Amino acid sequence: MEFFIISMLNGLSYGLLLFMLSSGLTLIFSMMGVLNFAHASFYMLGAYVGYTISTFTGFWPALVLAPLVVGAMGALFERVCLRRVHKFGHVAELLITFGLAYVVLELVQLIWGRIALEFKPPESLRGPVFTLINHSTNGLSLLLGAVPPEMCSAADATIRVVCSPFPATRGFMMLVALVMLASVWLLLTHTRIGLVIQAALIHPDMVEALGHNVPRVFMMVFGAGTALAALAGVIGGSIFLTEPSMAATVGSVIFVVVVVGGMGSLSGAFLASLLIGVIQTFAVAFDYSLATLAQQTGLPLSAGVLNNTYIKLTLSQVAPILPYLFLVLILIFRPKGLLGKREG
Amino acid sequence: MKNAMANTSRSKSFNSSRWITWGLFALVLAVAPLVFQSGLGITVLSQMGIAIIACLSYNMLFGQGGMLSFGHAVYTGLGAYLAIHALNAATVGTLPLPVALVPLAGGLAGLGFAVLFGYVTTRKAGNTFAMITLGLGELVFAMSLMIPEFFGGEGGVSGNRVSSNAFLGITFGPPIQVYYLIAIYTFISVAAMYAFTRTPLGRMLNAVRDNPERVEFVGYNTQRIRYTAFIIAGFFAGISGGLAALNFEIVTAEVVGAGRSGAYLLFTFLGGATFFFGPILGAILMVLAFVLFSEFTKAWLLYLGLIFMFTVMYAPGGLASLIMMNLRVASFGRLRELLPSYLGLAMATVIGLIGTSALVEMVYHLQLNAAMGPELSFLGIQLMVNSVGSWFGAAAVLATGAGLFEVVRRGFARRWSTIQTFIEAEMKRREVTP
Repeated sequence: MEFFIISMLNGLSYGLLLFMLSSGLTLIFSMMGVLNFAHASFYMLGAYVGYTISTFTGFWPALVLAPLVVGAMGALFERVCLRRVHKFGHVAELLITFGLAYVVLELVQLIWGRIALEFKPPESLRGPVFTLINHSTNGLSLLLGAVPPEMCSAADATIRVVCSPFPATRGFMMLVALVMLASVWLLLTHTRIGLVIQAALIHPDMVEALGHNVPRVFMMVFGAGTALAALAGVIGGSIFLTEPSMAATVGSVIFVVVVVGGMGSLSGAFLASLLIGVIQTFAVAFDYSLATLAQQTGLPLSAGVLNNTYIKLTLSQVAPILPYLFLVLILIFRPKGLLGKREG
Repeated sequence: MKNAMANTSRSKSFNSSRWITWGLFALVLAVAPLVFQSGLGITVLSQMGIAIIACLSYNMLFGQGGMLSFGHAVYTGLGAYLAIHALNAATVGTLPLPVALVPLAGGLAGLGFAVLFGYVTTRKAGNTFAMITLGLGELVFAMSLMIPEFFGGEGGVSGNRVSSNAFLGITFGPPIQVYYLIAIYTFISVAAMYAFTRTPLGRMLNAVRDNPERVEFVGYNTQRIRYTAFIIAGFFAGISGGLAALNFEIVTAEVVGAGRSGAYLLFTFLGGATFFFGPILGAILMVLAFVLFSEFTKAWLLYLGLIFMFTVMYAPGGLASLIMMNLRVASFGRLRELLPSYLGLAMATVIGLIGTSALVEMVYHLQLNAAMGPELSFLGIQLMVNSVGSWFGAAAVLATGAGLFEVVRRGFARRWSTIQTFIEAEMKRREVTP
């Protein structure tokens, strides 16, 4: 039970991190029709810039400053490069962000080197946020913060006690993602600028005719989207690893999220992020294969079959391809995505 | 080898010019190894042949069908794997297949996987198609690490192309024999792919790219057209993979990786996706970049990315369109006026490039070879990465180049637009008075 709860929370926190990325991507896509191939590169830039700022000011100012810096870079890129190729159509827009992904990767390796950085979360986030104690006689209990070690062991050998801490970094990740989700939603639905953005989504010409500077709105949306990616980068980089391959690892997954959720649908991206986060986290935790399944159900298999690679593959080994399998299945059975409206 | 426009507009000299172009192409393929006789020369030429087939098959999707694929290496790579397994089976004797036909096994594999995966990917066009091909590429690459029986794990699968029963003295032992096998496959594949652009299906594919809605109104199924083109492209990609397997005699998992797919996209675009011969230029550039340019500098991917971004912004038709536009200017006899500007632009570019690359190389030196001391030899000049002078010098060179470029570019843009207006007026005049 405690395994299930902790894995579920881990999966949800990973899914929320994915959503921090895919929300920016979806926002940019639904507004400008640009699929930002370099979105994960801005995530990586966020982590690296956050690291550099944190060496001067500490973690908390970096958490605020790095997204601002990267957001400004994103806006600059939109202004200088993306706007220029807008007239060539969507393929050119996708291609220039593809080129940017190469350039950012090389620049990051040029400036910060090819090996992983020592980017650690601050002291206050290192402990667990709460600990689940599964006591075989007293049942399941929850304690906030770390638990003294004597509570996790019993003098009596017949009593089984298992302590499962939930790291504060994960909790913080969830908190930031939820606050971000709420503020983006409030900004889009309850402010004047949000209304302009929503209107520019559907009728850009009309909004322009009413005297709003639509290209500037686009630039701000692009900057905001990349800033959200950078925020995710500071958090993800400090919790996981800050290394040059971090963009590639998360990049293809967020594209899967966007397609599975339905291109341009923010709620779809939310649902798909959580689903993929939970699926991947659970898959990694299970060491079962078809062979163990056969053994448990008592199905007799010959030694030759048991040594077959496909039969021996465990679920944790298959975990990396699960998002893509999910993508293929969704496309076969529900081509417009989970919550998508338009057929593309 | 020629663009479609020139062919239709000059239908009188149609046949003779076509024979000349293809004859020249065959001649270049046949004579090239006699000019570049060194071992490196033959290797590079063989790789170019392989890359030409791969890039042309990619352009069948990208340039002709408007399908931006991020996973084309899946079909070249799986073709290479099937070919090397077929070669091994032929060596053992379980498969009666002559070595010269092994690339066809790769082609059939590419076709088979395109039938399988294409069914999913070509259901969508545009951005969604791009994302699905990316996902499928990742899927196959992740699988390659999971199934070592087929993909050979970290070490890959190796084979031996030298057959014991030589046919007419051809053992495929010396690289030159493999080169000529590749050349024959290249010629036939290029001709077949060019012929494809002239078929009704090839024309409908262009229509699907330009206006899918209207194609549906005319009564065609756009999805089926995309699917068929995808399968044909998969076949040629597989042939390219099979030739690569024969050439290198080893296939590792990176041939299905995202890096390879990205390279096909990058260089096909750089060569020029709007003309049939563009990807051929792109393929030649690709091999030169991978084999020669990567020897010069460790930062070559950075330069490549920057060049690519500039091409997308300023020359979206790639190298081929630049050539064709200048040929048009030349055919109206106005190219001479542009030559001084071109010379100026080239000089400014060289100066700017020297400044940029000096800066980049110094940063790389700091990053990678700092233990080897502060000295860096760059174009015969000794730069000191710990002295302010070297940095300021490089930055000054870069600034000079950029400034010069902007000045010359303005004059060039003005001349260019006057010439274009003249050409358009002249063409209208010729239409009126034939």
